[in-house]
Amino acid sequence: MINLKNRSLISITDYNKEEILRVLEIAEDFERDQRQQILNKYVIASLFFEPSTRTRLSFESAVQFLGGSIIGFASADTSSVRKGESLKDTILTVSNYSDLIVMRNPLDGSARFASEVSPVPIINAGDGANQHPTQCLLDLYSIKKTQGTLENIHIALVGDLKYGRTVHSLVQALSLFNATFHLVSPESLKLPSAVKTYIKNAGLEYYQYTDLSEVIPLADIIYMTRVQGERFPDPLEYEKVKNAYILENSMLANSKESMKILHPLPRVNEISEDVDDNPKAYYFQQAKNGVYVRQALIAAILGLK
Amino acid sequence: MDTNKRKELKVSAIRNGTVIDHIPAANTFQVIKILGLEESENQIYIGNHLESKKYGTKGIIKISQKYFKKDEISKIALVAPSATLIEIKDYEVTNKSKVETPSYIEKIVKCFNPKCVTNNQHIETRFRVITDHHGKMKLKCHYCEKTMGQDNIEFL
Repeated sequence: MINLKNRSLISITDYNKEEILRVLEIAEDFERDQRQQILNKYVIASLFFEPSTRTRLSFESAVQFLGGSIIGFASADTSSVRKGESLKDTILTVSNYSDLIVMRNPLDGSARFASEVSPVPIINAGDGANQHPTQCLLDLYSIKKTQGTLENIHIALVGDLKYGRTVHSLVQALSLFNATFHLVSPESLKLPSAVKTYIKNAGLEYYQYTDLSEVIPLADIIYMTRVQGERFPDPLEYEKVKNAYILENSMLANSKESMKILHPLPRVNEISEDVDDNPKAYYFQQAKNGVYVRQALIAAILGLK
Repeated sequence: MDTNKRKELKVSAIRNGTVIDHIPAANTFQVIKILGLEESENQIYIGNHLESKKYGTKGIIKISQKYFKKDEISKIALVAPSATLIEIKDYEVTNKSKVETPSYIEKIVKCFNPKCVTNNQHIETRFRVITDHHGKMKLKCHYCEKTMGQDNIEFL
């Protein structure tokens, strides 16, 4: 029995395989009809303690398409956090005004803590460098939609595999679906050993590369990532690797017919603009899928689907 | 016999209480801290850098009139997984056991991640004790999900 009602979503590992598939199934329903007026008596709080464009706007649009109301703030500067209020007090207060809280906070683990003190469910919209499960679900939705299945996918993960939280979550989720992982990164940005252990414990294989061109013909999905300067303790290290991988249209000639290129966005220069017109480029559609997936989650957690 | 006698005299025997033996010499004082023995008013004998056939050198702590609960003692497994616990009643050994590594640790260890919510808000720390693929013990923070090795353990 799959029941997501009143359950917070903090980390992608909070959901099992069936629960992930259930959310994706509901998302398909919202893709068919995005304006189902099911939230018209509901108030959703959107607490963004650090700025975000895509995630915040896609959550807010998800709620508004469904007829719900949104309250909240878009940066800590405009909330009482600036006056020194604790996270616990903010959550306890806002939970009085809303049915569900969507939260982004720069501290790692803040979302788990919020879910332990909050009487209403929490959806983690990113807790520092830790988890971003709704990004993971929209990545999975995009893979399933373009490949017809999540099972037995060959995925090439490219760029910053060390600090990229979307990569870590995606590895954890795809480990439930018998994926093969092709890991392309500079030596200094390899996937952390704890995440590799996760793959091994699932009985799956990973292969490590430094050359992007090697994996292009093998992949069903190429998942490009931005090397995030803000995550580097040493700016010199960042300068060394920031332009390590740039995907250009000419490199895609020998890729599989059904291959698609994903990117959590924003991109800087890791995908050349000449790729945008290639039908294998899927990253803008991927961002659009985020709205359906977030609608599905909100509906499931409020017990409306 | 004589050798045995001399060995016994290095740390006095206790009539009733607990002996913690086979502590790695480098961590004896950490064990004292974890168990809060600095605050204790019981008679305590501490020996360190004693010869040990098995470990080279070891530490030993004898605490009079004190028996530990299982969860109390399991905390020391983080710094002294090889330790042995001996309970003494009227100079006789009544129970001898190995320290068991707990599966969960609360409150006593600080998360090594400076950006962890537990280092920035008033929150008690919680860790799951796991073993990595090299068989080494690690602590995984319940909140930030970062994993730290024994080298990074800092007690609160």
